[in-house]
Amino acid sequence: MNFRLRVWRQPNAKAAGRLVDYEARDISPNTSFLEMLDIVNENLLARAEEPIAFDSDCREGICGTCSLTINGEAHGPDHPGAVCELYMRKFRDGETIIIEPFRVRSFPIIKDLVIDRSALDRIVQAGGFISARAGSAPEANSIPIPKHDADLSMEAAACIGCGACAAACPNASAMLFTAAKVSHLSLVPQGNPERVRRVLKMVHVMDAEGFGNCTNTYECEAVCPAEISASFIAKLNREYMRARLRASAGD
Amino acid sequence: MIGTLDAKIPSGPLAEKWTNHKDHSRLISPNNRRKFEIIVVGSGLAGGSAAATLGELGYRVKCFCYQDSPRRAHSIAAQGGINAAKNYQNDGDSVYRLFHDTIKGGDFRSREANVYRLAEVSTNIIDQCVAQGVPFAREYSGLLANRSFGGAQVSRTFYARGQTGQQLLLGCYQALCRQIAAGTVQMFPQTEMLDLVIVAGHAKGIIARSLRSGKIEKYAADAVVLATGGYGNVFYLSTNARGCNVTATYRAFKKGALFANPCFTQIHPTCIPVSGEHQSKLTLMSESLRNDGRVWVPKRKEDCAKPPNEIPENERDYYLERKYPSYGNLAPRDISSRAAKEVCDEGRGIGPGGRGVYLDFADAIKRLGENTIRERYGNLFEVYEKITGEDAYRVPMRIYPAVHYTMGGLWVDYDLMSNVPGLFVIGEANFSDHGANRLGASALMQGLADGYFILPYTLPNYLAGQIGKRPPADSPEFQKAEGEVRARVKKLLDVDGKRSLDSIHRELGLLLWDKCGMARNAKGLGEALQRIPELREKFWREVQVPGDGEDFNQSLERAGRLADFLEFAELMCTDALARDESSGAHFREEHQTPDGEALRDDGNHAAVFAWEFQSDNGHIAPPKVHREPLHFETVHLTQRSYK
Amino acid sequence: MIVAITGIILILFVIGHLLGNLQIFLGPDWINGYSQHLRDLGPLLWAIRIFLFAAVSIHIYATIQLAIENRRARPEPYVDRNYVKASWASRHMVVSGLVVLAFIIFHLLHFTARKFNPRFPLLKLDPLNRYDVYSMMVYGFENVYVSIFYVIGLFLLTLHLTHGSSSFFQSLGLNDRKLTPRLALAGRIFAWLLFAGYTSIPIAILLGLIKPAQQL
Repeated sequence: MNFRLRVWRQPNAKAAGRLVDYEARDISPNTSFLEMLDIVNENLLARAEEPIAFDSDCREGICGTCSLTINGEAHGPDHPGAVCELYMRKFRDGETIIIEPFRVRSFPIIKDLVIDRSALDRIVQAGGFISARAGSAPEANSIPIPKHDADLSMEAAACIGCGACAAACPNASAMLFTAAKVSHLSLVPQGNPERVRRVLKMVHVMDAEGFGNCTNTYECEAVCPAEISASFIAKLNREYMRARLRASAGD
Repeated sequence: MIGTLDAKIPSGPLAEKWTNHKDHSRLISPNNRRKFEIIVVGSGLAGGSAAATLGELGYRVKCFCYQDSPRRAHSIAAQGGINAAKNYQNDGDSVYRLFHDTIKGGDFRSREANVYRLAEVSTNIIDQCVAQGVPFAREYSGLLANRSFGGAQVSRTFYARGQTGQQLLLGCYQALCRQIAAGTVQMFPQTEMLDLVIVAGHAKGIIARSLRSGKIEKYAADAVVLATGGYGNVFYLSTNARGCNVTATYRAFKKGALFANPCFTQIHPTCIPVSGEHQSKLTLMSESLRNDGRVWVPKRKEDCAKPPNEIPENERDYYLERKYPSYGNLAPRDISSRAAKEVCDEGRGIGPGGRGVYLDFADAIKRLGENTIRERYGNLFEVYEKITGEDAYRVPMRIYPAVHYTMGGLWVDYDLMSNVPGLFVIGEANFSDHGANRLGASALMQGLADGYFILPYTLPNYLAGQIGKRPPADSPEFQKAEGEVRARVKKLLDVDGKRSLDSIHRELGLLLWDKCGMARNAKGLGEALQRIPELREKFWREVQVPGDGEDFNQSLERAGRLADFLEFAELMCTDALARDESSGAHFREEHQTPDGEALRDDGNHAAVFAWEFQSDNGHIAPPKVHREPLHFETVHLTQRSYK
Repeated sequence: MIVAITGIILILFVIGHLLGNLQIFLGPDWINGYSQHLRDLGPLLWAIRIFLFAAVSIHIYATIQLAIENRRARPEPYVDRNYVKASWASRHMVVSGLVVLAFIIFHLLHFTARKFNPRFPLLKLDPLNRYDVYSMMVYGFENVYVSIFYVIGLFLLTLHLTHGSSSFFQSLGLNDRKLTPRLALAGRIFAWLLFAGYTSIPIAILLGLIKPAQQL
């Protein structure tokens, strides 16, 4: 298969970027999208041009490192799934493919298609944890957790932290990411003691990082590689209101 | 520099060693802890849990990882589960049984005391993870669920869908985040350790390069903990993440740390077969699939090209069930992998290139219904469909073994300290617990055991004597090491050849897969040992590394890692040649039983081979081997039988 | 949340307003009585008006604020953009909202302040000495251009509500996985029912189904 690629090239965070055209020739349909980029890079090297910088690591859809917007969709057209799980058989032979980085102010571009997502780490640092000192844990089966709650918690916890939700959101909002973590931890009884603090602090940092606001377009859940449901955003809203009420009631 | 290798195994009965050792280990008082700086390199299950726990105890920790966030360490990709001797299923499990299974699974090439301790703390890990909010699978009763896993006859594996590694890592990442927020841990993401600094014989710091800015910096500490994972990517194609590398441990090796059993590399039996030359990595299909899937190939070569559903039941060879009736499809990884290779070598392999076997769910779907199978493995079936375009509910999966885990690593004593004082090595990066083969669901167990429950107790044994001995980061040893790192980066950029990194790496990988893969022999290893230095020379003559060092430069990152792989490959083959026996994953064709099983030589090889780097005028010289004999006081060495 | 709560108030008003207006189909007596009844509320009517005005103002202020933040959150737009799920309506709430605002201003001037139509001042009181709202509406809508503008305004209001009328459940956390798609569908049906209800009045008038009660 052959493709015409239009790839965002930007030398660093400060410099202006632009789309540059490349050809990808004789690509097997069983090649993954990132492997196709590897091949393009090999050819660039052969012509002594600088390869396209893009991020990836596990290449099996779990580490959340890869982050491309392909033809205007975060992670490309094959939802749900990360770019590394996208195969060229999903494209038409001869198709023009536009490749851009995730565009969110809070994810500054480092180079070409590589972005800095440390804002997401800072949201978790604000309170996305259960304080359990090693050595102090009670016996694991001492608190039974209803299967339904545990399963729901797992669904939220499946988030891979790629940032596609914010990238796809018309408002560049990180609500789905934050909602997933808040929901994961508030659905298990162990998360209860810090429930109020957690949601208030995480939402505060999320806003301070400069993400946009949720206007319920649900674009986030449509591109989420981990299929996190936007209903967790409703849960986050619930948790937040509950926390505000309890905090103002002096609890 | 190295005398006899002393593993410092505590005395006393096996079951009491760890308790005794803890009782007599040295302590650091809380107000003294903040005087110590600890460097932790790596933020996976081992590094992340160690950094978080040490920070929690009050040490000042600097944690480094090459990924852009500690949450992306490769532990995240582990699918199946984590073992623990909880005996929640009342099926006869115990600490002793987990210990015994693990040491037997490792084909008696690991230390009894270490493995027993691992089994002992396994139960604490589950408690700890549940307390952190890890959403393990549960039964309707609300109690934790278990499943069985390869190499065991009890159900002791805890799991969170097919994403157990992810959930455990997120638990430990969150603990780490808590410490980062508390200011006890300083995180350095996208920062790669390029050298270890040794001052007066002690590991006292590292030289690291920021992958983002290209800046090379010196970091001093009271102790250095390496948790940098395995070296499976030496084979180019493996199930490891693209960034996994040997650089940190290999640099430590070059600074005098011993590298133990590098030839013990695990080839996982259930991966998606290679589809073409473009392939950049292999994808694992969790071993848990073998609980319900049946492995087979056609009995006759001629049937291999036929669609599987046209091959009648009596024309199929369920070779694992046939050869290992008591474990069947749940035979340990090394044995299953080799069996797959055997049938493919016989010409009975299926799929492109004849390198594949079927993993068939038709019986399980008939017995349990498609919904149950979907519930258990739905996400794995989806992954399989994405990659191959095939629906495994209708046609059997095609699988083939692939490099997955490396049991070898830096040599450590019972305290997880290497022969270099102050250098601790934990998780996959050390060699200690899995012997010649690792059982499923025990890598996660080891990483977390080391980080949460072992290192925090053993590190003070070293630190107690080190108050006030941290050198400044601009001392001559640091400056020298920094100079060497800078020179090396410059050398890589100056080659200015024509060959791409990937093409050289691929060539190395093919060579190793062929000569030092699932089966090895003296002749092949000899050839590899000849060709690796040639390839290395070619690399330094012909490689092309564009861009410059003072910038974000992915080619430069990879070039440095590949340069180390090219040296490390030689060490691995040297070890494989020296280990003149078959054990676990290390299968020397010269040593097999009449029915093709690994034949150990306990008389001469019941030992750890720990290699010391040697150089000759700045060139690599053959390394020197140190042997640590393995003493088995509790278990009987037997020929492993899974029949 | 503020947007959601003010939105709910405005939706309730829109429902009430429609129910009031539909009385035109019941004849002059009904609707003129209804409007006289409203006027008789006196200060209470003004309180309601101020309350609604406040709701509108806060709704607009908050959304503009959000829109500015949202724009800042992505300074460099995508060159190519393809939405998978987000509807046109959900992505253009500000635009539809502003058009609706312009429509509301016109509407208030038109029927409340009774501007734009030279015949409004000529209207006499009805037999029961009430203002003849019935005839006012008929004369107002007899102008094709006015009616078209009303339909356009209502159309955008409808789009606004296809998203808004289910979105507030999510914002207030009154939602879960099962409810979301049902609420979204119900929201769309609700919005289009409103559209049908409101537009039925000018259409009926243009088609001559409703004639003025007094000739001018």
